[in-house]
Amino acid sequence: MRLIINGEPRDLQNVRTVKEMLDVLGVDHQTVAVMVNGEIIGRTDFDHGQVQENDTVEIVRFVGGG
Amino acid sequence: MANVLQIGEYTFGSRLIVGTGKYQTFDLMREAIIASGTELVTVALRRVNLDNPNEPSLLDFIPKNVRILPNTAGCYTAKEAIAVAHLAKAAGIGTLVKLEIIGDQDLLWPDPIETLEATKVLVQEGFTVMVYTTPDPVLAKYLDKAGAHAIMPLGSPIGSGQGVLDVEAVRRFKQRVSVPVIVDAGIGSPQDACLAMENGADAVLINTAIAQAGDPVMMAQAMKWAVEAGRLGFEAGRMPKRQDAVASSPTTGMIAAGQ
Repeated sequence: MRLIINGEPRDLQNVRTVKEMLDVLGVDHQTVAVMVNGEIIGRTDFDHGQVQENDTVEIVRFVGGG
Repeated sequence: MANVLQIGEYTFGSRLIVGTGKYQTFDLMREAIIASGTELVTVALRRVNLDNPNEPSLLDFIPKNVRILPNTAGCYTAKEAIAVAHLAKAAGIGTLVKLEIIGDQDLLWPDPIETLEATKVLVQEGFTVMVYTTPDPVLAKYLDKAGAHAIMPLGSPIGSGQGVLDVEAVRRFKQRVSVPVIVDAGIGSPQDACLAMENGADAVLINTAIAQAGDPVMMAQAMKWAVEAGRLGFEAGRMPKRQDAVASSPTTGMIAAGQ
């Protein structure tokens, strides 16, 4: 399935949920927040939140800032 | 408790807020945070680098007794800033947020219209909103009325180290708003921090002046003392300035020598 993740197109196999997407990408669930098509998926909903062909996904985390 | 900084429901013993950007290493940042005595540090939210998704997390280097203040730095509209605040909350940090919406890219000058709009929305949504703003006393009143929990005028442009260019703005804000006034941006040296505090700022927020100092840990300590000195000076109440000299020693009872 093709997703636009953090501005880049990516082809991921066997991914239906946010949790599966993060696992395939190798991203630790505990340190990130996720938005799919502009909708925030809370961390407790990673298991249920669906991703579909051509969805736009943002995966963000905290970095140094002022 | 006497002499604490109260922002919404949050209470802080330190009046120094420290940014976490621009440090050469996370370890150095941690040491500087500890030396500063701060209880509140700002962080930003950015896309995960998917080529290195599990690089060390900034949060692992922030001492456990220090609260995280996510900022909306990099946002240019109320809509963007509100989305970032929601994301930060979703990341599990809570509802404290530093609202920063920029209207001029070169000056990193706050956009007052978008900032006021986002303040209204975030306050209504239950966020504790600390608002980065221009040193405009009228806007400050609007932000206060909108429910901002702290109002943070810039001292001078972000990262410029020019100090507090209009210290009277701090006094004007204090006279017009009911919530803490925090000088945010532009502080370059301990004397700048002290000056802001002496003039009634409830706190200062410092990033670059510490992170880019020759010795960030030593500078963090200096800023801690500068903030404390300035606050004490403010509370003690300075002597009035006079046009001419006034002798400190008694002017009567002088000896008669050589007459």
